[in-house]
Amino acid sequence: MNNILEIAGLRKKFYQLEAVAGVDFEVREGEILGLIGPNGSGKTTLFDCITGIQRPTAGEVRFMGKRITRMKPHCIYQLGIGRTFQLVQLFPGMTVLDNMIMAIQESEGTVLSRLFQMDESKDEKKAIELLEFLNIIHLKDQIAKNISYGQQKLLDMGMVLMSKPKLIMLDEPMAGVNATLGKEIAERLIELNRRGCSFLIIEHNMRVIMNLCHRIVVLDYGKKIAEGSPEEIQNNKQVLAAYFGG
Amino acid sequence: MANLTRKKRPVTRILHWTIFLGVIGCVPVIFGGNAYYMYVATLIGIYIITSMGLNFTLGYTGQISLGHAAFMGLGAYTVALMTLNGYSFWLALPLGVLITFVAGLALGLPSLRVKHHYLALVTLGFGTVIYLLFSNEYEITGGFSGLPGIPRPSFFGLDLSSDIAFYFLVAAFLVLLTGIALWILNSRWGRAFKAIRENDMRAEMVGVSLLTYKLLAFAIGAAYAGIAGGLLAPLMKFVDPTSFPVHESFWFLIMLIIGGSGRFEGPFVGAIVVMLLPQFLRGTQQLYFVIFAAITLILLIFWPGGLTSLLDVFFRRVLRRNPPQFTK
Amino acid sequence: MFIQLVVSGIAIGAIYALVAIGFTLLWQASRTVNFAQGDFLTVSAVLMFIFVCLGVPFIWALLITVVIAAVLLGFVVKKAIIQPLIDRSHTTIIVATIALSFLASNSVATFWSAQCRAFPQIFGMTPYRFGSIALSRQNVWTIIIAISLILAINLFIQRTKPGKAMQAVAQNREAAKVLGINISRVTTMVFVMNAVIVVFAAMLIAPVFMVRFDMGAQLGLKAFYSAAIGGFNQIRGALLGGFLVGIIETFSSAYLSTEYREAFVLVVLIAVILIRKEGLLGTEEQ
Ligand SMILES: Nc1ncnc2c1ncn2[C@@H]1O[C@H](COP(=O)(O)OP(=O)(O)OP(=O)(O)O)[C@@H](O)[C@H]1O
Ligand SMILES: [Mg+2]
Repeated sequence: MNNILEIAGLRKKFYQLEAVAGVDFEVREGEILGLIGPNGSGKTTLFDCITGIQRPTAGEVRFMGKRITRMKPHCIYQLGIGRTFQLVQLFPGMTVLDNMIMAIQESEGTVLSRLFQMDESKDEKKAIELLEFLNIIHLKDQIAKNISYGQQKLLDMGMVLMSKPKLIMLDEPMAGVNATLGKEIAERLIELNRRGCSFLIIEHNMRVIMNLCHRIVVLDYGKKIAEGSPEEIQNNKQVLAAYFGG
Repeated sequence: MANLTRKKRPVTRILHWTIFLGVIGCVPVIFGGNAYYMYVATLIGIYIITSMGLNFTLGYTGQISLGHAAFMGLGAYTVALMTLNGYSFWLALPLGVLITFVAGLALGLPSLRVKHHYLALVTLGFGTVIYLLFSNEYEITGGFSGLPGIPRPSFFGLDLSSDIAFYFLVAAFLVLLTGIALWILNSRWGRAFKAIRENDMRAEMVGVSLLTYKLLAFAIGAAYAGIAGGLLAPLMKFVDPTSFPVHESFWFLIMLIIGGSGRFEGPFVGAIVVMLLPQFLRGTQQLYFVIFAAITLILLIFWPGGLTSLLDVFFRRVLRRNPPQFTK
Repeated sequence: MFIQLVVSGIAIGAIYALVAIGFTLLWQASRTVNFAQGDFLTVSAVLMFIFVCLGVPFIWALLITVVIAAVLLGFVVKKAIIQPLIDRSHTTIIVATIALSFLASNSVATFWSAQCRAFPQIFGMTPYRFGSIALSRQNVWTIIIAISLILAINLFIQRTKPGKAMQAVAQNREAAKVLGINISRVTTMVFVMNAVIVVFAAMLIAPVFMVRFDMGAQLGLKAFYSAAIGGFNQIRGALLGGFLVGIIETFSSAYLSTEYREAFVLVVLIAVILIRKEGLLGTEEQ
């Protein structure tokens, strides 16, 4: 099986604190990999380093065999990595629909063609489909900052799905989303996964993680302390110790 | 917030354009007899163009330019030197625009790669150097004596040298450039500009190249200033370095903030207020600088949307056309 | 001739360094790029001049000015202008300081005078003679005072508790907050400190320049350039940058061309930015 994402010796130091302290793991093509760990263990920082938002202090990230460390975030996005954020990141003053279209417009055409392309019906149709799926279609003309936090979270997810990325990285997708919808989202993720999309998911909700993921990587104090199938992780002493301070 | 990508209803749009064109048409009818008023009106048109350019740079993409006076100067001197040497205005102006656009790219590329405040530094340095060149290269620019006798253009045999005709030329450019600005802002570029302004980190994570768009906005801003300069030279029939010192760029910033930076109407309101107020009051130029600088600070702190946002609030209150919206 | 040039280059450089240090302190504490730095200097010089003209002994004029500047240019500016804007973009603060610069210089021109006035030669006129070399008192005292001040600032930052708090804030605001440092108070302190530094710089430059509403404009820019050349986030950088700019300027206007003397500094600046964008001694920021 091929690896879609490979992380080798990745480190990120904030002054004295090493938030990511030499992590190695890989996401295999077509798998859903869970990333768990106590608060402050460096999961979000790791995401930031992969997507180019933070510049890693050392180490390497490869996406489909291509080295993406130190590449600009927009290039990484256009290679096919989409992500959501723990604290939702939207364009708060734009409408929901504009947020969705924004997520795709830079992946099409050239810079110059974007000046002259006025017909957006194709993208609009796609956006509306996704909004329908996420149950927020009735909000499509609302300004993003006026919708509820949970709805913003869904919008964030919708934006990721717009451009059909090959790897989707979700930072706590279930936090703040109601259980029914959470289940629907999980189903949709499995459906997307079946069509070949790989996932890297941070989540504190263990039930979701255990049901959804093929494999799990556990971080603690910036280091990988365990890796394996959900069953293995559930029975791993080190993991239990990290979580319950044993 | 500014609503530059919100699709306006056609009726509203037609109404806005009618008012805009109506005002432009009325000015010469009312003030046509007074050469000084016509001069001020034309000057306002030119400053609106400059501020519109600066609005791309500062308002829509949040970059600072302290070189706008220099860009304007480049446009003015290009047109002045070429028309004085017998070339057509219609050749000189595009060349001036090209020069300023390229200068904008050349300044923006290295500094945007670095850090935001370096753009302030580099444009400031550029402004200083251009000013020094205008002042010291006597053989070409005439130094502080300037370049007198710049001809006004004609258009396919139509003589535009009278004050009213020249006013209409500037007005035509203003309308054209307003249209172009609207086009850009309603295109995907406009959406990308807005995305960058609202959340640049997220913008990068949806594939927006910050460098490309900031550079474009900066260069467009420079080109607008270049056109304004190219119109200023034949308006005054004279150019000299004192029209383009560095603190003139500071002045443009103040003009835009007062009008409303990042708002489409901002440059119009700003240029009109800043140019007209001194015509009604008496006092030294420095007193106006004091007043406008104080207004700028107050607006920055309390109403970053400038006078435009205040007018907006005012109209909403008075006309109750758009009551504040909560979820449907 | 050569020695005199070196000395006057160092003297003007010391003043640039002083103003640039204030500039970098503001940057480190609050990410403020202070375009009004030069106008702070103008205001201080004018205040001092007014007091001297009223017959106040010079040392008292200086002290009163220090107090007024600390309150007006330090405390009030921080609380009234920077504080409300500190969470907005850098650009907003830059625009605000530009407006402040306009406000300060034009207020001086409107409410005091647009003419230039000669400041008293507080250090005396007769040059010091060392054998065949004559050095102006102004230059010698400028160097002595500026360097003592710079040393004092350094001691303050390295040795005292508030100084260490300043360093902590400069290095990492988040961490400083966690450590229980009151960031807002530290920033206010830095603004006050900057105002005091600027008053001393004004005292040193005023006898050389004339007192005029726009006397500070060039100086503020030079301080900005110095800080950028040396490194925005390092006091040592501002120091090096200041002296470099002073010397480059003095020598280029003596041997090359007076018209373009500002341009030479800019060439150095651009070269530095292209080669080492953090400045000669600067470090990369998060
Ligand atoms: N910009 C920053 N500057 C300094 N320290 C930071 C920065 N970002 C994160 N950290 C620190 O790095 C560590 C890891 O943070 P991170 O956000 O990656 O944790 P996390 O695993 O995502 O936690 P959570 O589960 O709570 O989201 C924390 O101690 C945090 O305080
Ligand atoms: Mg996290």
